[in-house]
Parts: sequence; C-alpha cells; structure tokens
Amino acid sequence: MAITSIKNLKEFSTNNDRFEGAHLLCPGCAHSMIVRELMNCTDDNLVIATNTGCLEVSTAVYPYTSWDTSWIHIGFENAATAAAGAEAMYKARKRKGTLKDPNAPVKFVAFGGDGSTYDIGFQWLSGAVERGHDFTYVCLDNENYANTGGQRSSATPIGSTTSTAQAGSHSYGKKEKKKDMVAIMAAHGAPYVAQLAPNKWKIMAKGFQKALETEGPCFINTVSACTTEWKFDPKDTIHITDLATDSLMFPIYEIIDGKELNILYRPKNIITVEEYLNAQGRYRHLFKPENRHVIEKIQKDVDEKWELLQRREEARV
Amino acid sequence: MNGLDGTEKRGIKELGAEKLVGWDEVEQGVVINSFEGDATGVANVHAENRNYSDFNSYTATVASWRVIKPVYNRDYCIDCQNCWVWCPDSSIISRDKQMLGIDYDHCKGCQVCSEVCPTNPKSLLMFLEATENDEALAGWPEKKEKEK
Ligand SMILES: Cc1ncc(C[n+]2csc(CCOP(=O)(O)OP(=O)(O)O)c2C)c(N)n1
Ligand code: SF4
Ligand code: SF4
Ligand code: SF4
Ligand SMILES: [Mg+2]
Repeated sequence: MAITSIKNLKEFSTNNDRFEGAHLLCPGCAHSMIVRELMNCTDDNLVIATNTGCLEVSTAVYPYTSWDTSWIHIGFENAATAAAGAEAMYKARKRKGTLKDPNAPVKFVAFGGDGSTYDIGFQWLSGAVERGHDFTYVCLDNENYANTGGQRSSATPIGSTTSTAQAGSHSYGKKEKKKDMVAIMAAHGAPYVAQLAPNKWKIMAKGFQKALETEGPCFINTVSACTTEWKFDPKDTIHITDLATDSLMFPIYEIIDGKELNILYRPKNIITVEEYLNAQGRYRHLFKPENRHVIEKIQKDVDEKWELLQRREEARV
Repeated sequence: MNGLDGTEKRGIKELGAEKLVGWDEVEQGVVINSFEGDATGVANVHAENRNYSDFNSYTATVASWRVIKPVYNRDYCIDCQNCWVWCPDSSIISRDKQMLGIDYDHCKGCQVCSEVCPTNPKSLLMFLEATENDEALAGWPEKKEKEK
C-alpha cells in the first residue's frame, strides 16, 4: 500500500503503531516520539538499521524487541552501512528474481544518535550517501552521548555542560560550536535533507514522507530533547522542543538537491535563546555574570544563521 | 590451530567449511521474531488482533516504573489526539479517530499526555499510582478561568 496521506491528527491517529511499548527509554524521551512518528508515516514494509545508543539498547533488551518490522542492530558507526547493505542486497535479489515477494513495497531506514552520526559513524554515513543508496537516515540529535552518561559530541552546542566538557570555576562547558550537519549532508548533493522536530508533528510527518518517497539517500536531523542529560522534567519534552524551535536554536527547514532551501516553520513570536537555555539544567551556569557573554554569543550565532537561511531561501541557492 | 607465523594457511576451507557459499546464500544469524507466523500487512492490523510472539515487548510491562499515572476523563475529551501523537510509550489507545484510554501495561507515567491535553479542565490528569480511577474521576477539577 502506498504511503497514507496525512490531513490532520485525527486521521493520523488511525495508524497502528509498529513501535511497541515496554521499551526501556526514559519516561518522556523524545527518541521514541520521533521513531513512532516515522513508522506511522507509512504502511510499507520497513527495513530499519539502528546502531548502538539509547534507542538501540532500550528497544532490544533480550528476550524482547519493540520493533514490528525488520530491524538490524549494528555497531556504533554503522547504521548507514547496514541500511545501505540491505538496500543493495534487496536490489540485487530483485534483479536475480530470488525475492519472495518482489512487488511488496519496502523502505530502508537508518536511525543513529548524534554521537554516531556527527562523529563516529560520520565517514560511513558520508560513504553511503555518496554511493547513492536509496535510504533515509534519521539522526536523533540529543546533542550528547546520552547512552554512556552524557559526553560531548560535535553536536553539543557551545556552553552546554557535559560529563567530558564540564562547567565549573574554570570553564563554561563546551567551547566549540555545534557542527552544521545539515549543511554537510546537503553538500553531498543528497536529494532531500531536512531538520525537523517532533513538536511540529505535521511538518515532521510530511518531511519523513518526502524522504521515504524520494529515491536516493535522504538525511534528516531531528531534535530529540533528552530529559536526563538536558536536565528538565520528563513532562516538559514537548514544551522544551517548542522553545527550541521558537527560539530558532533549531530552525526547521529542508534542502532539496543540495540547493533549494525551504524554511518549513516560521515562529509567530520568536523568543530569545535565553528563554530556551533557562529551561534546562545543562545551561544553568551560563546565567552567572561571568558566563553571560556566552548567551550573547549563542544569540548572535542564532540570529546570523536565521538570516543566512532566509537569504538562501530567497535566493534559491 | 598454530600461531600466526605467516606460513599457515587460514582460508575458509582450512577453517572447516565444506563449500564456499555466495553472499546471498549465507544462513541467517540470530533472528528474533516479533510475531508468530506470517506478519505481512501488520501495519493494517490493530494491536489486539496481532499475533505477537513472546519476544515482542508488547507482551511485557513497565507498569512498575510508574509513581504517578494519567487518568482519562471522557467527559471533557475532544479527541484531538495530541496525547496519541506525543506519547513516547505507545500507550494511548485510539481507534477510529477516538481516544479510548490508557494502556497501563506500557505507560511510564511521564505526564507528557497530560501536558499536551488542550481541554479545560484537562481530560488527562496525573494521580498517585495507588489512587483508584473512580476516585480520581469523582474529584475532577472544575473548568479553570483563564489567568489574566
Ligand atoms: C565504537 C564504539 N565506541 C563506543 C561505544 C560506546 N557507546 C555506546 S552508545 C554510546 C553513545 C551513543 O551516543 P549517541 O550516538 O549520541 O546516541 P544517544 O545515546 O545519545 O541516543 C557510546 C559512546 C560503542 N558501543 N562502540
Ligand atoms: S538518556 Fe536521554 S536519549 Fe537516552 S533514553 Fe533517556 S531521555 Fe532518551
Ligand atoms: S503518562 Fe506518558 S507514557 Fe503514560 S500515557 Fe501519558 S504520555 Fe504515555
Ligand atoms: S489530548 Fe486530551 S482532548 Fe486530546 S484526545 Fe487526548 S485526552 Fe482527548
Ligand atoms: Mg546523542
């Protein structure tokens, strides 16, 4: 069956989950909101590769699996490799006529954390995208190595305290800026690249559907608020994500064929980054007088990035 | 097997393989089946009609994680499905565009559903796990005036 169209949330809710409960992710974890939504975006068969990280270790604790689809667990750096390999094998077997049901629609998906996507699986993701495999890679970006206790990754924003870039009397936390993974993937010339967030469920669903329908390698960075490492109450996952998108810390946009940039969400009231930072324990130290300059820097960076995105959208480059 | 002296033959035949197999003839490794029998078209089958295997976490429970639990009050619900789309634990039961209730085997009591419920008063509120649902419903708060 083809991908179901999504008019409104009521209609979307008639989907039958293929991501099951009694997984062991923290209460309020956004990883599962994102994964559930992707799997509810299509009725097609899914082959999903997931490398290690919170999602993998929490959804495949022997003897249980939370996945109602074909699902491959693989090492930290290889979600993209596994999805690419499965896709290549599928194509070859289709050609050889050895598939049981060659006409069954199937989509290949990879899930990786930011640690695996931005850092450790970076070259393998780059390779799979360069080779042009027909798959969708979704990064669950919680801006740290959450599964091993919150180490910094290259997705961790400047000023955030992590277990390996701790704020204290001599440091304001991480010193380096977040890597612009969306731009890097767009620079590969991937046909569809986007940054999406679960609070904007409809935009996210449409983006996922676009990626699944597009032939070739697609990359989606999703904002995944992490109650444990960002240090906020589990009930506030959607609220924090609202602050993230409305402060433009996480602008929502897509880039088609590496050039055509479209902003998918324009907040009616843009809030300050301060409001976003202030809602999370990982940024608390920035509100000390000696660290205030970091907040100013973050605001400046965010303003510049928003300006750049708008200009690129306008210029269609 | 001998030490690695560089002269020793260590090909697949020396390791005892009868014949070489092609890449698409390799036996499956460890496979855990989520369902008993054929699972074709499972996306179009409601949970209650699925043939889950004992390996599927649907057959497990995390109810013991909860300290507080959401209680659902049908009287105020507008079936917006906010709770359904954002529940991280697939624990809001919706059928035919209607919210039916909470799956207490899989709910962890995170309170996200209650936070995103837009009605006034809310149709989902949190209570201590030990509270009886009837008791919770009997003491449901009145409509709150908007704060000025
Ligand atoms: C090669 C390798 N290095 C380190 C680890 C240990 N390890 C397992 S999960 C993890 C962190 C995962 O972080 P991320 O990819 O951001 O996913 P998250 O848990 O944050 O969702 C690490 C370092 C590993 N399994 N393999
Ligand atoms: S540590 Fe963060 S990402 Fe990992 S399960 Fe908990 S909330 Fe989710
Ligand atoms: S409390 Fe959390 S886990 Fe339970 S139903 Fe609500 S959103 Fe789902
Ligand atoms: S969020 Fe509230 S109003 Fe909407 S469906 Fe759920 S219980 Fe009903
Ligand atoms: Mg991470």
